[in-house]
Amino acid sequence: MEPVTEGTILAQDGDLKTQEYFVNMGPQHPSTHGVLRLVLGLDGEIITKVEPHIGYIHRSIEKMCEHDNYRQIVHLTDRMDYLSAHINNEAVCLAVENALEIEVSDRVKVIRTIFAELTRLASHQLWWGVMGMDLGALTTFLYAFRDREMINDIFEETCGARLTMNYNVPGGLMFDLHPNFQKRVKEFLVHFKSKLPEYDMLLSDNVIFRQRTEGVGVLSKEDAISFGVTGPTARGSGVSCDVRKLHPYSAYDRVEFKEILMADGDSFARYKARILEMWESISIVEQLLDNIPEGDILAPTKAVIKLPKGEFYQRVETARGELGVYVISDGGKSPYRLKFRSPGFSNLFVLEHIAKGAKIADLVAMMSTIDIVVPDIDR
Amino acid sequence: MEESGYFDFSPIVNNIHESLAASFSPGWAMAIAWALIGITLILFAALSVIILVYVERKVAAFFQVRLGPMRVGPWGLLQTVADFIKLLMKEHITSRNADKFLFNLAPFIIVTAAFLGLGAIPFALGLHIFDINIGLFYITAVSSVGVLGILLGGWAGNNKYSLIGALRSGAQIVSYELSITLSLLAVVVLAGSLQLSEIIASQENGWWIFKGHISAWIAFVIFMIAGTAETNRGPFDLAEAESELTAGFHTEYSGIKFAMFFLAEYLSLFIIASVGATVFFGGWLPFHIGTWQAFNHIMDYIPPIVWFFGKVAGIIGIIMWFKWTFPRLRIDQLLILEWKYLLPINLFNLILVSFIALMGWYF
Repeated sequence: MEPVTEGTILAQDGDLKTQEYFVNMGPQHPSTHGVLRLVLGLDGEIITKVEPHIGYIHRSIEKMCEHDNYRQIVHLTDRMDYLSAHINNEAVCLAVENALEIEVSDRVKVIRTIFAELTRLASHQLWWGVMGMDLGALTTFLYAFRDREMINDIFEETCGARLTMNYNVPGGLMFDLHPNFQKRVKEFLVHFKSKLPEYDMLLSDNVIFRQRTEGVGVLSKEDAISFGVTGPTARGSGVSCDVRKLHPYSAYDRVEFKEILMADGDSFARYKARILEMWESISIVEQLLDNIPEGDILAPTKAVIKLPKGEFYQRVETARGELGVYVISDGGKSPYRLKFRSPGFSNLFVLEHIAKGAKIADLVAMMSTIDIVVPDIDR
Repeated sequence: MEESGYFDFSPIVNNIHESLAASFSPGWAMAIAWALIGITLILFAALSVIILVYVERKVAAFFQVRLGPMRVGPWGLLQTVADFIKLLMKEHITSRNADKFLFNLAPFIIVTAAFLGLGAIPFALGLHIFDINIGLFYITAVSSVGVLGILLGGWAGNNKYSLIGALRSGAQIVSYELSITLSLLAVVVLAGSLQLSEIIASQENGWWIFKGHISAWIAFVIFMIAGTAETNRGPFDLAEAESELTAGFHTEYSGIKFAMFFLAEYLSLFIIASVGATVFFGGWLPFHIGTWQAFNHIMDYIPPIVWFFGKVAGIIGIIMWFKWTFPRLRIDQLLILEWKYLLPINLFNLILVSFIALMGWYF
């Protein structure tokens, strides 16, 4: 071996060969948020490849829809994005109502909107808790659950269910509001408005958290559009895509709210977009809560709902992005074909694009800020 | 310190020694003495870990608006015991492609390292297993042996997650070992000794955290950060990182072998906290304020062993607070923090403290 003298170059870039290896992240892994399997190509800690393998929780919901009538389909949609269960129900109901040209009362519209925003709040709360946990701050999870519990209690009081609510039916709602509803929601809003700044104190303003998320997983505006990313994930990159704003449905045309747009497109921008969205949701609920109009909660429909022959499309904004329901009807009591355009599916596949070159720990943060719900991806 | 009025354990210890020497031949007396020490140490370690795990759960629950263990025993006091029995009775799984010898050796190495450190800690006046003249050096040396267990365990399990965890831990402990040693050196410079009993004696008229003012504070803050990293806890638990690496280096371990990693983690937490308490907060010395005779006298009534464990509990509490508040750092940020911030500050602090010591600017 040659003696090492002054000026000897010991190792240059490319001298040190490392072996790339593959790691299966999931389907059983604490931070894939369900049964998602990511095949990672790793060079040490650095990610060279991310390949999402999906299908571990595929339940053929779309196929089942072809055999169910339209009232039953509503119940299946709960099981897609279980955190936006109410909004999923609403999407199918709206599609059916538009196809049949049923005019639902203002009361139904307002109640649906309030419930949708509360669902969005609950979903974002859970996301915030899990986001902290994915980055190693275990306490956030319990804080989020404490606040989310109140929303679930409100839902339970009105419709008997906490998560998969089935509150919507084509033509209106299953039950009227519980007499306590307004009081309880007000209590919750007072509570949560004092807790939301704590969320910022604990996580958003933490130095370690900022370092872990700022400049990590940057998704440019162009890429967000070309990947079909929607929801807060896209709005974090500055893409205006809020269905509530662009194609208002239910009572969104009569409330004032901002569409949160962030410029940076990194993990922190996506995080901040959701935190700010929670404030907007609070404001929407506040605007509607005190003036819920009187009216019927259920418009009359036939015992067996049959859609006219044709194709119908309805989109709504779930907590994760744009959910589209595409119905092809041959005039029968169940659809000829029904396709859900789920936000999670499009959002997930951007992961490979933004995670390349990042570290494993960053991947977890990115997955969290994309906010995937695996049953929504697989359906 | 011969005339000090503190409760002294040395007569009791000497009594045991003498009675052993009187009844047995010197060789046997020695052997029995060591066996007694060993048994006491193991019992103490097991007990302290059980208490620490319980406390950790309760502290976590306190931070997380919940109750923590409440069902097994009053206030869930027996929960940890029950869990420990469960771990004892679980199957030992060794994966097929593991390096069986190293895989089974790793937990013993890490526990042994933790026990070695425990031997040099002065619990109270006269309650000190061995008081060597390089005590502090010895503790920092044996506490870094533990990383060998982590590296072996991560490697031998033949699991990629464990390997990543182990290598992270290797990089982390090798780096933070520097900081922890240098921050302790700051006090060594002031105290003029590496012997722990001497360091305590030098704090008779005030703890170093007060006497050493600015540089002792810098050293203490760095010690807390590096100590947390050294014990693989809190925001520095990259070796485990359950959200990334499932369970990091001990992914493949089950039953009692996993429990040994757990034991070692909490023991090293205890050791780090005791070193901190001894070096910065006067070990078992009571809290005195200048010339307040009456106050100092009342403080003297509290036995030294209570003082020692009280201080240790305080430091452990802070380290637990870190863990349940902060998100985890990324590996590159962890190394940047050490090499670009803590190490230069530490070296500067060492120069500062040498200057202070030379000029006699400490109290």
